[in-house]
Amino acid sequence: MLNLGYCKGSMSTASSGGVSDQFPVGLRVLVVDDDPTCLVILEKMLRICLYEVTKCNRAEIALSLLRENRNGYDIVISDVHMPDMDGFKLLELIGLEMDLPVIMMSADDGKNVVMKGVTHGACDYLIKPIRIEALKNIWQHVVRKKKNERKDMEQSGSVEEGGDRQQKQSEDADYSSSANEGSWKNSKRRKDEEEEVDERDDTSTLKKPRVVWSVELHQQFVAAVNQLGIDKAVPKKILELMNVPGLTRENVASHLQKYRLYLRRLSGVSQHQSGMGNSFISTQEATYGSLSSLNGLDLQTLAAASQIPAQSLATLQAAGLGRSTAKPRMPMPIVDQRNLFSFENPKLRFGEGQQQHLNNGKQINLLHGIPTTMEPKQLANMHHSAQSLGSMNMQLNAHGDQSGSLLMQMSQQQSRGQILNEATSSQVPRLPSSIGQPIVNNALASGVLARNGLAESGRGTGFNPVSQSSSTMNFPLNTTAELTATSFALGSAPGVPSLTSKGMFPEEISSEIKGPGGFIMPSYDIFSDLQHHRSHDWELQNAGMTFNGSQQSNSLQSNVDVASSVLAHQGFSSSQSNGQGRNISAVGKPMFSAGDATDHVNAQSLGQPLNNFFAENLVRVKTERVPDASLQTTLFNEQFGQEDLMSALLKQQQQAGIGPAENEFDFDGYSLDNIPV
Amino acid sequence: MDRKQLQYQVACMRKSLFDQGYLDEQFNQLEDLQDEANPNFVEEVVTLFYSDSARFIHNIEQAMINKPNIDYGKLDDYMHQFKGSSSSFGAKKVKKECSQFRECCSAGNIEGCIKTFRQLKLEHATLKRKLETYFQLVKQAGIAERR
Repeated sequence: MLNLGYCKGSMSTASSGGVSDQFPVGLRVLVVDDDPTCLVILEKMLRICLYEVTKCNRAEIALSLLRENRNGYDIVISDVHMPDMDGFKLLELIGLEMDLPVIMMSADDGKNVVMKGVTHGACDYLIKPIRIEALKNIWQHVVRKKKNERKDMEQSGSVEEGGDRQQKQSEDADYSSSANEGSWKNSKRRKDEEEEVDERDDTSTLKKPRVVWSVELHQQFVAAVNQLGIDKAVPKKILELMNVPGLTRENVASHLQKYRLYLRRLSGVSQHQSGMGNSFISTQEATYGSLSSLNGLDLQTLAAASQIPAQSLATLQAAGLGRSTAKPRMPMPIVDQRNLFSFENPKLRFGEGQQQHLNNGKQINLLHGIPTTMEPKQLANMHHSAQSLGSMNMQLNAHGDQSGSLLMQMSQQQSRGQILNEATSSQVPRLPSSIGQPIVNNALASGVLARNGLAESGRGTGFNPVSQSSSTMNFPLNTTAELTATSFALGSAPGVPSLTSKGMFPEEISSEIKGPGGFIMPSYDIFSDLQHHRSHDWELQNAGMTFNGSQQSNSLQSNVDVASSVLAHQGFSSSQSNGQGRNISAVGKPMFSAGDATDHVNAQSLGQPLNNFFAENLVRVKTERVPDASLQTTLFNEQFGQEDLMSALLKQQQQAGIGPAENEFDFDGYSLDNIPV
Repeated sequence: MDRKQLQYQVACMRKSLFDQGYLDEQFNQLEDLQDEANPNFVEEVVTLFYSDSARFIHNIEQAMINKPNIDYGKLDDYMHQFKGSSSSFGAKKVKKECSQFRECCSAGNIEGCIKTFRQLKLEHATLKRKLETYFQLVKQAGIAERR
């Protein structure tokens, strides 16, 4: 979005609405290159082109800049060879988290390297030494991207054209269920656009419509990919196989890219996990592995960032917890997510240190291991037991409900009732498996819960969500029962997510969890806590993700810890400053992805990978809102703010027939602007 | 010397640098970037390069010390960076030596690497001297190189 209003100096005219005249003047470019000579030259050249330039010499700094200021840049130019992070990894991350156009540059003009740029999603590749002429036209990539997105949206029929963007409400509805990061972004964009309508008259039309990758759609996608074979799966063929009207090749291509990343991450973890969440602990490690393999990001870099996720998770959880009273369903998911993300500072968030503990480590693992098929009921149960988790979520309290609901919605989409069957209040948001997974970090407790709907541990109802997504999960419901027992033990113990209780999850879950189920769980846990009052039947049956108690809740905890650490590594660097910390957006994302994952799970194609996939997504989520942990947001494309998440969740819930989640979501903390409450 | 003469000298020296292959087109690009706000932009860039390149050279030398177990990958990496850096302001001969070095690297030819590296350092130092003289002349002439 070119916000000429932000331009300094000569750009001032933009605010008057003369955007179109000024564009591309004032284009906000972020240049990343470790070579100071090149950096200085590029900066000068870009200034001469009348662009607004920000330069940085390290990829981590670039990422944190982008995360802190989601809409602060229009395009990124990055070198390929950098000491702290591979340029392609950065490219992937930016594409996933912020979906900005990225131009790669290098002195290397070998075909392979250029091809790599293409496959990783770079919109252009410049050979050094760079001439100013090459930079003069980079604005075209910004425009093109917006146009394509918009086109996608239109095709998918989920979005209205730019002008209508302002009507978030309606759009929110569309996006609520979209697992697609884009959808969040859209919501966010819309919000932004509303704020700057005047200035953006020109750019508003460029909003990119986002394809909503619903659970079913994702399932179809995964099925198609599996049919073709992951190596041979090309967007065109996938598109043909899917045979979804309105879906474009580009939609599939970008989704495939993300999926591939996810798989790659999983493979890093796969060694640890035999199945879905073999053991939470292992998953945790795996998560690490996967995390570390995140786009090749160094864990170290992530570690730095990890601080944030924990915090953000915490906030989410807290938010979720806060809400739990009101809405059984919704808050949960969100809360969980938050927990998951904020594994780093679980303490902060969860008033109870123990909770955090759970969240941190376990979350991740839980998610992995637990198929997101937590039936709502299970979730409900989890809620009870997730008391402990709830505590974690408590932190999120204010938002917990909201988040929970969001998660719920999300999870619903995803897991469709697989996960926790919210028997009771159906409130239990089925946190999309994805949510559970990634979030695991903080919400280990929640994660665990989420998976089994355990998150409940009596904490807060926030952990409902998990069950919702269970629809797709094929996890044996029966296990949930066990889980509930075990996992929900958490419920009683506020501090610790039920995970500890039985420990069913980790091991069992992994084995049984076919698909990503794991993901969602964690996140749901948090929310389930929030939702605790919901009386979710955290029967974890869905959670049957086989968290058959075998998983010692303890392990879960450990998982959580690991998860959190992993998440931390993921570099949730975001926004500690966000104060809100509710990266619901992040939460939302994972959930959706989980949802997708669940779809996959059904397809049994992914199981574990999905979890990791989402986990990774978690990592990526930029936590704008979350003051500390950027985990969550990363998942949701940042754009999707918490509000969006909430609304998404709400929608899901509604769809799932869960209950009046919307009303309950009064995410205080979350700036859910699109929540159709 | 009067201004005109100085300017003429600057122009001559510049031309010879190009003719002798020390500089290439990219240098022109940089000069075009100079304006009132940055009249000595090119000089600043070159100074920045040379302060940074010392580090490169040191790293490369370190990497080449352990004769029997030379990490060619790392060497190649360093040299790649160095190449990118030097090419950014048009250091033609230096860039050529970098490419040469990388070829020896990929061939595992340590002797060739050493030889090329020596040559590279030579070119690197020569260019530095020449450019220093050049910039001094430019300052004396009291004008921006091109505009």
